[in-house]
Amino acid sequence: MKYCQGLYPIIRKENPAAGVYDLSILCPEIAAIAKCGQFVNIRIDGFTLRRPISICEIDRQKGTLRIVFQIRGKGTKAMAELSPGGFIDMVAPLGGRGFTLQEGAQAIIIGGGIGNPPMLELAKFYGENAIVISGFRNAAAVILQEDFKGTGAKTFLCTDDGTAGEKGFVTDILKRELQTHTPDIICACGPMPMLRGIAAIAKEKGIRSEVSLEERMGCGVGGCLVCACRTVKDGEGIFAHVCKDGPVFDSKEVFSNE
Amino acid sequence: MNENKNRLETDFCGIKFKNPIIPASGTFGYGREYEEFYPLSTLGGISVKGTTGKRRNGNLPPRIAETPSGMLNSVGLQNPGIDSFIEKELPYLKTKNTVIIANIAGSTAEEYEEIAGKLDNTDVDMLEVNISCPNVKAGGAAFGVSCEGAGTITKIVRRATKKPVMMKLSPNVTDIASIAKACEAEGADAVSLINTLLGMRIDINTRRPILHNNVGGLSGPAVFPVAVRMVWQTANAVNIPVCGMGGVSSWEDAVEMMMAGASLIQVGAALFTDPMTPLKIIDGLEDYCRRQNTDLKNIVGTVMPW
Repeated sequence: MKYCQGLYPIIRKENPAAGVYDLSILCPEIAAIAKCGQFVNIRIDGFTLRRPISICEIDRQKGTLRIVFQIRGKGTKAMAELSPGGFIDMVAPLGGRGFTLQEGAQAIIIGGGIGNPPMLELAKFYGENAIVISGFRNAAAVILQEDFKGTGAKTFLCTDDGTAGEKGFVTDILKRELQTHTPDIICACGPMPMLRGIAAIAKEKGIRSEVSLEERMGCGVGGCLVCACRTVKDGEGIFAHVCKDGPVFDSKEVFSNE
Repeated sequence: MNENKNRLETDFCGIKFKNPIIPASGTFGYGREYEEFYPLSTLGGISVKGTTGKRRNGNLPPRIAETPSGMLNSVGLQNPGIDSFIEKELPYLKTKNTVIIANIAGSTAEEYEEIAGKLDNTDVDMLEVNISCPNVKAGGAAFGVSCEGAGTITKIVRRATKKPVMMKLSPNVTDIASIAKACEAEGADAVSLINTLLGMRIDINTRRPILHNNVGGLSGPAVFPVAVRMVWQTANAVNIPVCGMGGVSSWEDAVEMMMAGASLIQVGAALFTDPMTPLKIIDGLEDYCRRQNTDLKNIVGTVMPW
């Protein structure tokens, strides 16, 4: 049995930015098998569909997972009411494909907005071999910067309006860093326009890149086929499914025409 | 009564189901994914993903939208095609010791005939013929909304196979009982209902429908009372058994739908809320039968209308 389902205790909660919540959950059997880039599917009382949330950190020793999510609607708003002392109903770990972990390789890791949390576990793996570029709308939205610094990676921060870090986009910093540095892999999560831009840069430079996607989901395990994402593999266009075939994809499969 | 007796055993079209609980077509793939939660042998049967003559890519995303107490979907019958099902999925399912219900769909009468014919000499136990998919333009629903269309497809499939044939009916009709009767008259062994109710949601910020297909099928607890009503009307109108579905998410729901006239129960959207739902329903039904000191089949159709 690969998937776990149950009620797990919440042991820590923070509110690092407006509308953003950071939870640690005690779930040793999930933490033991979860992989970087996978997600959990959370049930909220009164809602038919679970909410898929990426895993931010896996602590196998403590047996905990950390998730950081943003209020997007009624479901995530109800999730934000969960607190230590309470329990969370999760199905996990989900996702047939996480990030490629290449021992000793150099990586550039990029997160945009609420696409930053799934990049922390990856940054921990690459440590000093990584450059982390985080982008946010403004200073009020900035999260996880101390955590990224703690991994030993070289970190860059930018905001759309320049209220924190550099003014500009993650792709501006990426292009600049690529002038002096050629990583083995670029990994990213964030809004589609950002991922498209990163995929184009990676393709131009001939660097392998992986993107973590999100799509409205049903079952979360590959049984219902709703979370379709158009991909091209071996020259053939198909609808892959973010839950089972991803959520991490080679950017060439997702942005094949660009 | 012997305490170890299986009180949930159900005979349906001459097939023995160890219990009447079946994951509904389109919510359970071909079973592989859920084997990561529990052995498929615990289920009464599996109704596999709707399968067509050729591979279908399905509709553009988004394909799902949440609704009050339910959800809309518009997958559009994405599936690998009947040959791939027979070659790659069926041998796997065959090893799982559960009843295999092949759900099939076509755009033309010929396509239904071809698929039914191909399945006739395979290990599937019965056919569930989808004449009610609301998400495909030239899809089965065109047949399922009239007595003539439903009768025509039933007749063609009936001729193409010796397997039991169960016609899956659309709720998007004026009188579902008359459609069921048309299927019965052409030789259907059973009917299953309801497929999803056609619905729509709009994002008020973008003025775009949430589903890329604009409209989709509503399922989940929201449709349960409609499903109970239609199962009741249909069971009263035909002499063939009824497989009930639509919003069942607890053992109490299953009992209610059985009292309305369903001999088998399919569970769909509830799997998304809780993948363990079928097992919880089976446990609940066992307890219920023990308390009532009866076999489950004795409650089918026992509602006492006013």
